[in-house]
Amino acid sequence: MSESVVSVRDLVIDFHTEGDTVRAVDGLSFDLAAGRALGIVGESGSGKSATALSLLGLHRGGNADVTGSIDVLGTDVLAASNEQVRQLRGNRIAMVFQDPLSALDPFFKVGDQIVEAYRAHNKVDRRAARKRAIEVLDRVGIPDAARRVDAYPHEFSGGMRQRALIAMALALSPEVLVADEPTTALDVTVQAQILDLIHDLRAETGMALILVTHDLAVAAGNVDDVLVMQRGKAVEHGPAADVLGAPSAVYTRELVAAVPRLEQPRESKVVGGEPLVRVDDVHQVFTVGSFLNRTKVHAVEGVTLDVLRGEALGIVGESGSGKTTLARMIVRLLRPTSGRIRFDGRDLADDRALREVRRELQMVFQDPVSSLNPRRTIGESIADPLRVQGEDASRQRVRELLALVGLDPDRIDRYPHEFSGGQRQRIGIARAIGLRPRLLVCDEPVSALDVSTQAQIIRLLASLRSEFDLTLIFVAHDLAVVRQVSDRVAVMSKGAVVELGETDALYDNPTHPYTKSLLAAVPVLDPELARQRRLERGLLTP
Amino acid sequence: MLGYAVRRVSGAVAVLLIMSAVVYVLFFLMPANPAQLVCGIKACTPDRLALISHSLGLDEPLYLQYWHFLVGLFAGRDYSTGPSIVHCAAPCLGYSFQYTEPVLQIIGERLPVSGSLVIGAAILWLSLGIGIGVLSALRRGRWLDHVVNAIVLGGLAVPIFITGLMALMIVCVWLQWMPFPTWVPFDEDPVLWAQNLVLPWIVLALTTMPVYVRMSRAGMLETLAEDHIRTARAYGLPERQVIGRHALRGALSPLITLAALDIAGILTSSVLTETVFGLPGLGQMTVQAVRNVDLPVVVGLVLLIGFVIVVCNTIADLLYAAVDKRVSVQ
Repeated sequence: MSESVVSVRDLVIDFHTEGDTVRAVDGLSFDLAAGRALGIVGESGSGKSATALSLLGLHRGGNADVTGSIDVLGTDVLAASNEQVRQLRGNRIAMVFQDPLSALDPFFKVGDQIVEAYRAHNKVDRRAARKRAIEVLDRVGIPDAARRVDAYPHEFSGGMRQRALIAMALALSPEVLVADEPTTALDVTVQAQILDLIHDLRAETGMALILVTHDLAVAAGNVDDVLVMQRGKAVEHGPAADVLGAPSAVYTRELVAAVPRLEQPRESKVVGGEPLVRVDDVHQVFTVGSFLNRTKVHAVEGVTLDVLRGEALGIVGESGSGKTTLARMIVRLLRPTSGRIRFDGRDLADDRALREVRRELQMVFQDPVSSLNPRRTIGESIADPLRVQGEDASRQRVRELLALVGLDPDRIDRYPHEFSGGQRQRIGIARAIGLRPRLLVCDEPVSALDVSTQAQIIRLLASLRSEFDLTLIFVAHDLAVVRQVSDRVAVMSKGAVVELGETDALYDNPTHPYTKSLLAAVPVLDPELARQRRLERGLLTP
Repeated sequence: MLGYAVRRVSGAVAVLLIMSAVVYVLFFLMPANPAQLVCGIKACTPDRLALISHSLGLDEPLYLQYWHFLVGLFAGRDYSTGPSIVHCAAPCLGYSFQYTEPVLQIIGERLPVSGSLVIGAAILWLSLGIGIGVLSALRRGRWLDHVVNAIVLGGLAVPIFITGLMALMIVCVWLQWMPFPTWVPFDEDPVLWAQNLVLPWIVLALTTMPVYVRMSRAGMLETLAEDHIRTARAYGLPERQVIGRHALRGALSPLITLAALDIAGILTSSVLTETVFGLPGLGQMTVQAVRNVDLPVVVGLVLLIGFVIVVCNTIADLLYAAVDKRVSVQ
């Protein structure tokens, strides 16, 4: 065992908010040896991010109390002076953050930000620093780095911004890289690229890695050891293959069991019904910009598909593929620019026909936080659509709906902020099924939730589906989740459906190259298989 | 960026043209007959009234009047004042028969007064307001922050004619540090100019400042909580660089628009300050012109005010786009 570069003992982090103290980390200890990779996994609120930030002393000046001991490369982070910590940051232990869209200063050029960080630790002139910036941007795969060094962050895509941040770290050649959910905000193919990049850089430079993630599969393919956190404590710590392959702690077992499996076939219902929804050559064109400077964005370009009565149709695609736009057109929240959508034989472009079937088309939205009015009780929010449609909107009815989605009916007069993310999504579902719709369109209903909560919501949707004979459209970016839910799957890319087929057939034998690349990018739980996949990806994209 | 600038400027020109037309129509719709006002009541014979109507151009149809007005704006025009003919050079905003002077000339005499007032005050309130606001954000929750908050609230609550009169009473009457301020043009005596303006500057700055303290404090706190500040710290940038470069820029750029509007507003309509300190500026003049129903002057002033506001706004937009590159994209 080589010497440790990071050594944490009895770490306790308390956050003080008005008159209230929350213990985020509760007696955590671990070591990281030089050149090794440690995955810290856990659900939201487990204290994994707070731990990551404490390694760089980033709680200084905030409202957190940090006790215990943190030793990073011989520096006692908790006792060191501000200047000592400053010299450590970036230079010897660097950090990559979750949201690449906000991690860079929008007012400054990407290259200048790298130059600034580089010069904070190296006595060099601007020109030398700029040369270094171009060099590292080129290394992390920014095309035409010599020119893009002068780009502003908003001119970069999310993946490129994450690369730029990695470049900032790389420029300083730190011994330890702390990556806090580095790919959570990214598409699955981009996620694979970023993780592969970090992997390659580690092989080149020998830097150690602490990878904080909620996604066990992401950890599986990228770390040597895994530390599982729950409520601020380590519940299991060991080699990745052991912890993920044969978990000993109950919590880890539950967590591993909840992870949706891409390779797991599901018992698809045999669907041979007639079409309930017929989408016929539908287009959606958005016009953006001011009246002097208009550009047209083709969000959906000529989609034709049928949704069969009683089936669950999955729609997968990366951001910008048009999947949400298509979903919104099907429930007629958006009027198609051209093309026709018929629901049960009625043309939705006809307002009278729409009024008749409106109640039968309901939608569950992605963000359970912002899709509920914070100033209305959940009972009111659920009753609103019932009242509008002249249905029974009594408290008794709302209580029934709450019970149906697994919530305590006595909480009818509470406000949304008093509920967790998963509970809020249940409220959204209660609101949607109150009108007994025949078609329920769910737009990324579980992407904001932890895996264990995801599994609960998916089970709830499945039981509601059989109970009410619902037809389901399930829009998501997560291919494994879609496989669990859907009978048939449509793969969307750049506004078009590139492949549509029965779920198992499509997952096991994809025909379209885009579907193949998507499936190859999905992280898997088995470290050995992950290694193999990485090699295959390397061959796909030289 | 250049395309954005061209778009903003051409937009501004269009706004000014539309505004001049609207003002002109409003002027026309007013119940008062300007010719009657010039003519007076006692000595006014119908012949004389018709003559004045003609010399004012009021016997022409509206569109022709507006056309002459526009031509005058770009090429100048002649006015006959009974016996003699007065030439009003471009840009001619009209001719006041009450002052017997072209409107532009009247405005030109008052503009330096208001300009001196607003520029000095703006320098004071911007530097003080932003400085105190930022400092208060960095010392959030400490005593300095609380004191600043209390003062800001007080500043917002007390109107300028109270602060102004109190300042005059204390400085000029009780302490007798200086005589009551009067207007001395800059080119006559710069020292006296500044001496006489110190009090108005301070009072105007004190009443305008609280909003800037508030906004820069809130902006600073908001920016300091942003992810990219955490990034800057995580890469070991010295704290003065984190604050001075990254936090300040994000926190202060929204103040550009506010400052532009405040400067335009105070330049053209700080009638209270001007009255309290006896400064013959544009604000006072506006009140007088409205009271005397001196319509050419009113129209000219409205146009000027619009012009100043549009210009300040355009400058602010361009500055903002230069500071924040995302703006010109959207």
